[in-house]
Amino acid sequence: MSSDLSDLYQQVILDHNRRPRNRGRIPSANRAAHGDNPSCGDQCDVYIRLDGNKIADISFDGSGCAISMASASLMTTQLKGKTAAEAGALYEQFHKIVTTGEEPDEMSDLGAFAGVHAFPARIKCATLSWHAALNALSGDPAPATTESHTD
Amino acid sequence: MSATSPSWERIREEFPALNQQVNGHPLVYLDNAATTQKPRAVIQALDRFYAHDNANVHRGLHALSMRATDAYEGARARVAAFVNAADPGEIIFTRGTTESINLVAASWGGANLGNGDVILLTEMEHHSNLVPWQLVAQRTGATLRFVPVTGDDGLLDLSSLDRLLTPEVKVFGFTHVSNSLGTINPVAELCARARRAGAVTVIDAAQSAGHMPVDVRAIGCDFLAFSGHKMAGVTGIGALYGRRALLESMPPWQSGGGMISTVDLLESRWKPPPERFEAGTPNFADAVALGAACDFLDSLGRESIRAHDGALARTAYERLSALPGIRLIGPPGERGGLVSFAFRDIHAHDVVTFADEDGIALRGGHHCNQPLMKRLGLTSTARASFFVYNEEREIDALVASMRRTVRFFGAAG
Repeated sequence: MSSDLSDLYQQVILDHNRRPRNRGRIPSANRAAHGDNPSCGDQCDVYIRLDGNKIADISFDGSGCAISMASASLMTTQLKGKTAAEAGALYEQFHKIVTTGEEPDEMSDLGAFAGVHAFPARIKCATLSWHAALNALSGDPAPATTESHTD
Repeated sequence: MSATSPSWERIREEFPALNQQVNGHPLVYLDNAATTQKPRAVIQALDRFYAHDNANVHRGLHALSMRATDAYEGARARVAAFVNAADPGEIIFTRGTTESINLVAASWGGANLGNGDVILLTEMEHHSNLVPWQLVAQRTGATLRFVPVTGDDGLLDLSSLDRLLTPEVKVFGFTHVSNSLGTINPVAELCARARRAGAVTVIDAAQSAGHMPVDVRAIGCDFLAFSGHKMAGVTGIGALYGRRALLESMPPWQSGGGMISTVDLLESRWKPPPERFEAGTPNFADAVALGAACDFLDSLGRESIRAHDGALARTAYERLSALPGIRLIGPPGERGGLVSFAFRDIHAHDVVTFADEDGIALRGGHHCNQPLMKRLGLTSTARASFFVYNEEREIDALVASMRRTVRFFGAAG
């Protein structure tokens, strides 16, 4: 197996794909958004319980490749307890990781997605759930779609 | 002459794109249902046309324009012979299957469908033989009805046909070979039953035209649509066969130069078919290359191609079915040259990424068959599809690659 492929399918990613965290709708959610990737058919719903400006709880559901499902799972673990502004900043960091391959200075599981940058067609898989989460936070009723975002 | 008489033994040498390494492995190209590679004869026909004969067709009074017109109309006659149309005027050049079906839906559908009429399709249609009908239904007030697919064996439920083919059905559209199931539909029988019910028939032949004999008169269809690039031809060109009497009754669907007989400021009169449906400068160079593709396929023999591609697909089906956690869709026996499969715990896009690592080109996704995927409870499948140059050793490579993928994701748990 090439180093590019083993970088893409990191142990952290395989683990989240196999045992997704926070999967399924949370009944107390007061924000939700749907994301889809029409060209490959990936779907991702994100549910958030927002207390004031804080993400008190977050979950996802959907179907897609290992990269998209692991990214959604890992995202929920990273966003719980964050404010909307912190979530936006974290997405900027994540976006930089998946598009440039540069890992963050501080230790973070998000670094597991650095291998995605070598597979440009898969960047939209990694970012799908994040687009849905940011839409849910901003209250944007339009479904997130990777076709209308830059990636 | 090797360019026009390829031999099965040396067939791969005719396709320059096959001769390359991908990720350190010899390319195994199994994405032929999406598009096939092109033989030298087709590439050279295009090159020769642009290098020697290029000029706009029709109304030309100079030497190159006359040569180009002859080449273009010669290609029309060649394509007509390829599907055994009675007359070259029954062949309209389009951009491909999608545009051909849009032409029928917009022109024939717009003129003949209304409130209370029914468009009968099947659950296995590609989006290109579904969405144009949805649009014309919205415009005309017609409604859609579907012949069900029986299940994972991917056959049409023909027992429902008498119930579905009521007098309200004005048109029945169906695919010849399913692009995701591999099912070969009994098109002649479907046309005969539609005719008895008074319905016009439209066949999507995108996956059959380059892989098996297609004879519009033996099938008895009214319209048949196909694409050049899926049958060794180049992209951007395809054809619509239409029965002459129907074409003559139909209004234009696009308009401009080339399709009129007289034009006044307030109204115009149309040329007869096929020109009526070819507004603007047609894609004559690619049409000439499509004619060369027809020559190439017929020199191999489409009965032989059907046997070759079908045997590979059946072998792949049998060998893949031994893998743990795999689900194969479509008929286990006789099938077109493709096989679709899904693993219980591995998404198709991960499968395709791992295959690419081994130099194997597959396609993964919904294959423009979202309603069918929903019907089968799947979100996506991986698909291996075969053409004249594929060999049994490439199925060995595919199965070995799939084994590695299963092992990798299994071990990851």
